[in-house]
Amino acid sequence: MSKLYSGAEIVFKCMEDQNVDHIFGYPGGAVLPIYDELQNFKSIKHVLVRHEQGAGHAAEGYARSSGKPGVILVTSGPGATNVVTALTDAYMDSIPLVCISGQVPTHLIGTDAFQECDTTGITRPCTKHNWLVKDINDLAETIHKAFEVATTGRPGPVLVDIPKDIQFQKTKYNRPKKEKKLNGKSHNHFNQNSIDELIELMGKSSKPIFYTGGGVINSGPRASELLRELVYATGFPITSTLQGLGSFPGDDNQFLGMLGMHGTYEANNAMHDCDLMINIGARFDDRITGKIDEFSPKSKKVHIDIDPSSINKNVKVDLAIVGDVKTVLSSTLKSLKQKKSKFLKSNKQKTSKWWEKIQKWRSVRSLDYIGSEETIKPQYAIERLYELTKDKDSYITTEVGQHQMWAAQHYKFNKPNRWMTSGGLGTMGYGLPAAVGVQVAHPKKLVIDIAGEASVLMTIQEMSTAVQYNLPIKIFILNNQYMGMVRQWQELLHDKNYSESYTAALPDFVKLAEAYNCVGIRAKTPEELDDKIIEMLNTDRPVIFDCMVDKVENCFPMIPSGKPHNQMILGPKDQENKKITGKGKSLV
Amino acid sequence: MPISKSAYSFSNKKEKFDTHIIVVWVDNEAGVLARVVGLFSGRGYNIESLAVAQVDEKLKISRITIVTTGTPQVVNQIKLQLRKLVPVHKVADFKREDKAVIFKEMALFKIVGPNNKLEGALKACKKYNPILLDKTKKSHVIQITALRREIDKMSKDLKKFGLVSVSRTGAVAMTRGAEIFK
Repeated sequence: MSKLYSGAEIVFKCMEDQNVDHIFGYPGGAVLPIYDELQNFKSIKHVLVRHEQGAGHAAEGYARSSGKPGVILVTSGPGATNVVTALTDAYMDSIPLVCISGQVPTHLIGTDAFQECDTTGITRPCTKHNWLVKDINDLAETIHKAFEVATTGRPGPVLVDIPKDIQFQKTKYNRPKKEKKLNGKSHNHFNQNSIDELIELMGKSSKPIFYTGGGVINSGPRASELLRELVYATGFPITSTLQGLGSFPGDDNQFLGMLGMHGTYEANNAMHDCDLMINIGARFDDRITGKIDEFSPKSKKVHIDIDPSSINKNVKVDLAIVGDVKTVLSSTLKSLKQKKSKFLKSNKQKTSKWWEKIQKWRSVRSLDYIGSEETIKPQYAIERLYELTKDKDSYITTEVGQHQMWAAQHYKFNKPNRWMTSGGLGTMGYGLPAAVGVQVAHPKKLVIDIAGEASVLMTIQEMSTAVQYNLPIKIFILNNQYMGMVRQWQELLHDKNYSESYTAALPDFVKLAEAYNCVGIRAKTPEELDDKIIEMLNTDRPVIFDCMVDKVENCFPMIPSGKPHNQMILGPKDQENKKITGKGKSLV
Repeated sequence: MPISKSAYSFSNKKEKFDTHIIVVWVDNEAGVLARVVGLFSGRGYNIESLAVAQVDEKLKISRITIVTTGTPQVVNQIKLQLRKLVPVHKVADFKREDKAVIFKEMALFKIVGPNNKLEGALKACKKYNPILLDKTKKSHVIQITALRREIDKMSKDLKKFGLVSVSRTGAVAMTRGAEIFK
């Protein structure tokens, strides 16, 4: 007779078979049997966070930077509700997470027991799927299915709720059988006709653009390679969403920068004026499209996406190709080589006027700002950080707000999986725990959370986690004492009524760092900035870097509310008729 | 409505709403109805009526029939979003005007009154194959199956015969002819 395992053991047996090496969690009454077994499974390391939201974001950072699903273990009630923000965040940004939550014993479910909540009810709208396991014999199959749902098709979070009595009960454990197709939920059956149609459109176009998103990253590193091949083979310009940064080299001449609300002038104008838009793994989000009625009015639109429900959701497209980016790109390249081997040459003439126009937009230099010798401009801080770290294969996470947009604009990414930011949900407090997760996945790499002082305070407690596990993450805070993006909108759109956007009693971040037993560094002037950044990079411990920046700097360019792509507000430099002093320019 | 400067977008489209009948085959498991209904409420879709029951005991498949209204884009989204749910096997969509599909709702009417009124009520229902389910000296319970608007009309018309209570199901649908939906 084969051995009987308890539910708690089965949880770990499943994780072993899924090649899980790290889980992020926090113990509590309803998961104690699982925590009791932890010591018996040496290949699985547990990272103890300080708040379950932190566990969720850390798992997200782990997943995004490694391509493997992030695993979370939390208790019932508050443990589960605390992780809801992270699950929602992962759902919006298509990050594979598997969350195991404890539940009160089955006979107490529905009695308002201590630390009981309707976990599957609460997490239903923020997971791809969730399960309440009521029979020990279903446990193993459910957990394996959870991993499959999380990682196949469009990735996303799932949750398995396990009552405490199930964790004690015993049954046999069978290794998972070779994958069966899951209910037809993984969509990868486009046909050659659509690829041919795409190539025909590409051949006809004189003003084409690639618009790429997080789907390229999610499709794996090979997808980024294929994307580069295709972009070079066609000679077309390319722009990327916030989530897609890194799939194409940020310093390449064919790259127009990020598009959207705080995208570059050239990227947004090219999107508006193009005659062919090829969307690869992006979803026409409202921060990308601006006013939808006037979004790219003259273009044929192609949409490549693994999720059929993304097609025609916000913008009606002319050609939809439902499939995995990697497979679609590989078919496209193959057909392109067969049919139009000299595509680049024949196309150069056709798109030369288009490139001229793009150069004109580029010459506006929409990311420029007015430099200063007295105060650190936040853009300058990011530029310096980039210059001093660009040779290090660094991993960047962010919080949400102005600093996030400046990081996206001024930090250039050359590889996928190096950029972790909360785009869909816009979760302040994402970056610090995400950095913890990234560092866990890549212990030897440089991991920096580009943060704002308001955001970082939302999950600052995770510094304690970083210290406990010797994770030398760098928290680079652009400290302007305001919720900068809120302040900016209030200045521009709410008649300068700065309602509650100033934080009057901030902690001393250097002392805070010391309190957490890590290193605090403060930079106050542009002059000392480089030295301080180098000091940070040379510190092999967690660092909180308090970068005191201009308090009222705004993030430009910007598509204002209800406006299309070609009506952007440019920065103060442009607004003041390009009156810059020689001194200022030296810092630009 | 005054337009605030800081609102990113406003909807000014006024598109025509169509009525559709969406049929969903799902695994009959705990919470499956909540998933389907939650998808509708969470994404702001309408539900005019809902009918659900297990149709295959062995495979544990339930059939959910939802009457909804929306623009073509919304109806398309409803189908695509439903298909993403793990326990959903297939989704069919019929326009209410579709001649190739039968739609039926059932209603129970309780009539209380003197005999002549009871008789009158039964007669008034004649067009819809009334079945007298319960009969006392003072009351009738009449079952009819008909279209939504016909039941709406009967609910009004029967008032004068002493209608005191109406119970009705959501619509169910089936294609005509030998074809089945795959």
